[in-house]
Amino acid sequence: MTIDRGKTAGNAGGNGGGQVAAKRPDKVTLKVYRFDPDLDKEARIEVYDIPWTDGMTVLDTLFWVLERVDGTLAFRFSCREGICGACALFINGSYRLACETQVARLLDEGRTEIHVMPLPHLPVIKDLVVDMARFWANYESIAPWIVARSKAPEKERLQSPKDRKRIDEYVGCILCGSCFSACPASWTDKDYLGPNAMMKTWRWVDDTRDAAKDERLGLVAGENGAWRCHTVFNCVEACPKKVNQAAAIQGLKRKTVSAMLRGAKGLKQGRKGLEE
Amino acid sequence: MIFHEVLVVGGGLAGLRAAIEAHDLGSEVAVLSRVHPVRSHSVAAQGGINAALANHPASQDDTPEKHAFDTIKGSDYLADQDAVELLTSEAPTRIFEMEHWGCPFSRLDDGRIAQRPFGGAGYPRTCYAADKTGHALLHTMYEQTLRRGIKVYEEWQVVSLSVADGRCHGVVALDLRTGRLEAIGARAVIFGTGGGGRIYGHSTNNITNTGSGIAIAYMAGVPLKDMEFIQFHPTSLFGNNVLMTEGARGEGGYLRNRLGERFMEKYAPKAMELAPRDITARAIQTEINEGRGFPGGYVHLDLTHLGAAKILERLPAIRDIAINFTGADPITDPIPIQPGQHYFMGGIDTNADGASLVAGFYAAGECACVSVHGANRLGGNSLLETIVFGRLAGRHAGGYVKGQGGEAAGKGAEKALAKTMTETEKRVTWVLEAAGPEDPADLRDELRESMFANVGIFREEKALAVGLDKVRELRARYPKIGIRNRGRKYNLDWARNLELEGQILVAETIAAGALARKESRGSHFRRDYMDRDDASFLRHTVAHLTKDGPRLEYRPVTITKWPPQARTY
Repeated sequence: MTIDRGKTAGNAGGNGGGQVAAKRPDKVTLKVYRFDPDLDKEARIEVYDIPWTDGMTVLDTLFWVLERVDGTLAFRFSCREGICGACALFINGSYRLACETQVARLLDEGRTEIHVMPLPHLPVIKDLVVDMARFWANYESIAPWIVARSKAPEKERLQSPKDRKRIDEYVGCILCGSCFSACPASWTDKDYLGPNAMMKTWRWVDDTRDAAKDERLGLVAGENGAWRCHTVFNCVEACPKKVNQAAAIQGLKRKTVSAMLRGAKGLKQGRKGLEE
Repeated sequence: MIFHEVLVVGGGLAGLRAAIEAHDLGSEVAVLSRVHPVRSHSVAAQGGINAALANHPASQDDTPEKHAFDTIKGSDYLADQDAVELLTSEAPTRIFEMEHWGCPFSRLDDGRIAQRPFGGAGYPRTCYAADKTGHALLHTMYEQTLRRGIKVYEEWQVVSLSVADGRCHGVVALDLRTGRLEAIGARAVIFGTGGGGRIYGHSTNNITNTGSGIAIAYMAGVPLKDMEFIQFHPTSLFGNNVLMTEGARGEGGYLRNRLGERFMEKYAPKAMELAPRDITARAIQTEINEGRGFPGGYVHLDLTHLGAAKILERLPAIRDIAINFTGADPITDPIPIQPGQHYFMGGIDTNADGASLVAGFYAAGECACVSVHGANRLGGNSLLETIVFGRLAGRHAGGYVKGQGGEAAGKGAEKALAKTMTETEKRVTWVLEAAGPEDPADLRDELRESMFANVGIFREEKALAVGLDKVRELRARYPKIGIRNRGRKYNLDWARNLELEGQILVAETIAAGALARKESRGSHFRRDYMDRDDASFLRHTVAHLTKDGPRLEYRPVTITKWPPQARTY
């Protein structure tokens, strides 16, 4: 797995805004994972030749297949600008958002073909569409909403820019599921909360406005929480938005230990402790 | 049959806010969305949300009334002024509510919510979370939806609305994962289905913004209002038209032509880059048309003088997008931009309660037209509209089902819904089996190209007539389409081409409304009628579906305290 974070190698976006690094081929070979568990005995790889267009993204190639070649292809999409999280896929061996992955960049990485796979380790519904039920259930289980406890002031609760900055990385998460798909502990332990749900727990623990910190730590203090993290860092490497889930989980471990040493009552209240 | 007391269609900001309100008032509520709620287009809103909080050092005298005036002037006086006053007076309360719900707004040094200048606004009143304000708001709203345990049907696409005897009885929807069609009964239905930007080429909108909610309401007999008013955003990325927020100019960015000139001084000498969007978009297009753009047709959005620190703190997503799609790093390079279709000011005809002419059918957000944006929306007012009018739609729908709408609709409702189901099944099955010679992808491409070219930034009679003819030609070709996938499960070919018919019908209301409006007002600019004509056209266009196309009626604009005056910036 490689980290896909570099500046584009010079795709022009079809607009002359950048510099084209190399001559582009007329066609690009796209290899796509195809599988309908209701109909197919096993998955197959379908090969398509896609005519090159300047500024083409992997999502564009999938749409070209859908609209012009094979209407049976299934994939998720929405914003096409890297903010909605719908199109996270496993592309040429890396977790990437199809919409912001330039085909030119893949070619500049020395590959001549584009391999598109669904998010690994999640059940396939059809082709590139996976069942994210466990991801969403884990997310919901940590009560990912503010628990303020005090009466709301007439205006806003104050938060210094410095305190706001502490959570910036974590609120930037787009819930695409890449980290969860990449986490070896999540593959083997179906009850493990996984990197996303724990990072989101940290997002609230580290938010000065939230009042249920010990109770939140209680949710991740058990064997399926922070201590199950093996610090493999796959989540960090997979994240298209550069969120450091592993650092958040380390934070949870630190805070949990200190809450235990304090004998914090909130630790033992379970999800009930997060009800206002 | 599935039944919910209140059914909300759409998981974006307006839909979720409506669901939360109806739930909190004691209604049983479900949300149905074609994508997971956090994938909704609200998530892509960048620059901010307006409220006269007077937090910014330069906005100490700001008031909701001044916000109302800016909005009305920005609307070129087509907005209903009572609705605008409601919007702006509610704004601070709704922003504080989002903050209390945990929305991670950017902050001033004293800890209050940060505000930035935006186009057409007298004060810096646009609250923001860096350049990901929609993302911050939508995730917060989704958290609150989860907290209430509101049921969400994910990846269900509504296909038709059941209306009989002037009353709404529910919807028929396609469960995309199984391909099963289901009738869903409801005492009240609220649409928060978003705009239809993808009816146009060069749109900033997400791929699912097809206008299908607007089309479904229209096909069920609900009139559409002010459809000819299409906002073109001045700064979308050249090539793929991804939005480059107005906040970039709010933070001090310049627009420059090929000669390096800050050309806005010719078009809006006082407001410069922060003129309203209609004026700025036309200015850019004029520069390009008159040969002062760059080859291919773009100008520069120049942020290089802002410095790395400001760009990294306030415009990080813009920078990432520009680097990724164009190779230009805004810290050192100007960004190539061009105007792109951005927003529907018009939509489903509603009043300020979100209510339509059909009892029990409500709409809020971009799919609705209250109207608060009139002929041109100010940046930062659409996010505001979703939370103000989403809440009100939820409130009034909740009230309706407890009162008038709760009276036993009895067999009438079930019968009406069963009839809608039968008709819908026929239509849906026809598309699934369609084997004609026309490629629907061609139809879609031709529609989008024609709408941008003929019913675009600059309009005139001849082109508008060509545009309208094109829509009618596509309408005639639609019955001859063929699709490639006959399976029911997660069939995108089917789902997308099912809604193509509605896109064509909505396009017809836009082109017909634009042809009939012989004046220039806000985003609707006619080269053959360059002036605003209040005597003839200070009125809303209302389009009703007939088998021969839209029948247009006109309705007066509500003026409270701001009589129309010349609009200069």
